[in-house]
Amino acid sequence: MFILKGKSLIKLNVNQEDHEVLIRPSDILLFTLRDQLGLTGAKPGCYNGDCGACTVLVDGWPVKSCLMLTAEAIGKQIITVEGLENAPVQKAFIEQFAFQCGYCTSGFLMVCHALVNLHPNPPDIVIDEWLQSNICRCTSYDEIGNAIRQVLSGTYNKE
Amino acid sequence: MIPFDFEYYRPDTIKEATNTFQQLESEGKTPVYYGGGSELISMARVGNLTFHAVIDIKNIPECKVLEYDQENNLVLGSALTLSQISESKLFPFLEKTAGRIADHTMQCKITLGGNLASTIIYRETVLPLLLADSRAVVASQDGLREYPISQIFDQRLKLNKGCLLVKIITNKGFIESPYFHIKKTKNEKIDYPLLTTAGIKVGGLLRIAFSGLYSYPFRSAQIENILNDSIGFEKRAEKIVDAVSNNILNDSNGSSDYRKYVLKNTIVNVLETMKDV
Repeated sequence: MFILKGKSLIKLNVNQEDHEVLIRPSDILLFTLRDQLGLTGAKPGCYNGDCGACTVLVDGWPVKSCLMLTAEAIGKQIITVEGLENAPVQKAFIEQFAFQCGYCTSGFLMVCHALVNLHPNPPDIVIDEWLQSNICRCTSYDEIGNAIRQVLSGTYNKE
Repeated sequence: MIPFDFEYYRPDTIKEATNTFQQLESEGKTPVYYGGGSELISMARVGNLTFHAVIDIKNIPECKVLEYDQENNLVLGSALTLSQISESKLFPFLEKTAGRIADHTMQCKITLGGNLASTIIYRETVLPLLLADSRAVVASQDGLREYPISQIFDQRLKLNKGCLLVKIITNKGFIESPYFHIKKTKNEKIDYPLLTTAGIKVGGLLRIAFSGLYSYPFRSAQIENILNDSIGFEKRAEKIVDAVSNNILNDSNGSSDYRKYVLKNTIVNVLETMKDV
């Protein structure tokens, strides 16, 4: 049985690298990523799982990192927006101007990236369901939808 | 940020989990079983809940099982996420229900057991389970016991302290029965229900259960008797509204009068849709 009591040094795999971080069992993944690893791409928003700005991938699936204990992430593969590195969805977001202020963008990118990987040929209803997990207060929803559809259809600029 | 410290335990077996719970209790601590954790974290963050330890059950194989057994029963571990259940396509009625709880990303974190044990009043995953006569396997210090879901879920999940919901078992015959699931919300698609109505048809008779009508989800034999009566659809719907009218929720999601109106129309629609199924 794995046990964590008090402050402890643990190993986290983030963006395909192992990192040692000092955590309390009650620490939240979002803050460990931002404050200890300097990965500020996951954004704090509602802290309540509503806005999706803090979305990261855990073993390939989108998860709101404000509602995950860092301790839970031990042994998992975490990918943040910093780990995407010119993924097709990033190129398509630029091409489609799928952002305005940009605060929600990393969360949307993570959801879109996971969808492309896990469901390469989703029906529209599935695309809509996945995108409804995130909120864009600048209301770039049409452009974000266009971007993900461009990646799924393979019509984004691959240069 | 959670404003208090606690200990984190991740047992590998059911026995380790229940023993750890009892040990912590005997030390005067307050442990909680931890599945997805979304509700525990959000409540702890704002000071609505405190605990001394979480026992994360996601490493226990029995709590992660997702398969048919040799007797044609679907076995679903309590630590499965709603999206794991949906992606499996093994229980379409539960998939439909789970797909309307929170949003898709949250469904990747919320677990079946967590939704059943939720302090939030809706607990919608119980609807297909109540209707399909599912059984729940519960672990205690004395070992495993199997209960009809209706025996341990009455308004909410009622387990003795330290007991762990391990898995849910549902017969394939019920899973393959024709079903319906209608969730009405106040405005947005992703919201708590104004009224969720779910049902299946078994042996030519309709079964029905609700969430958002009362302050708890329920299935009622009285309502099913009216539903399967031979009088006209409108009459049946009116009788059902009369039968439930004393306890209907009256809150910011909708007045009790509005819920009655929605209920009546939903019942008529269900009867028309399911009559030839």
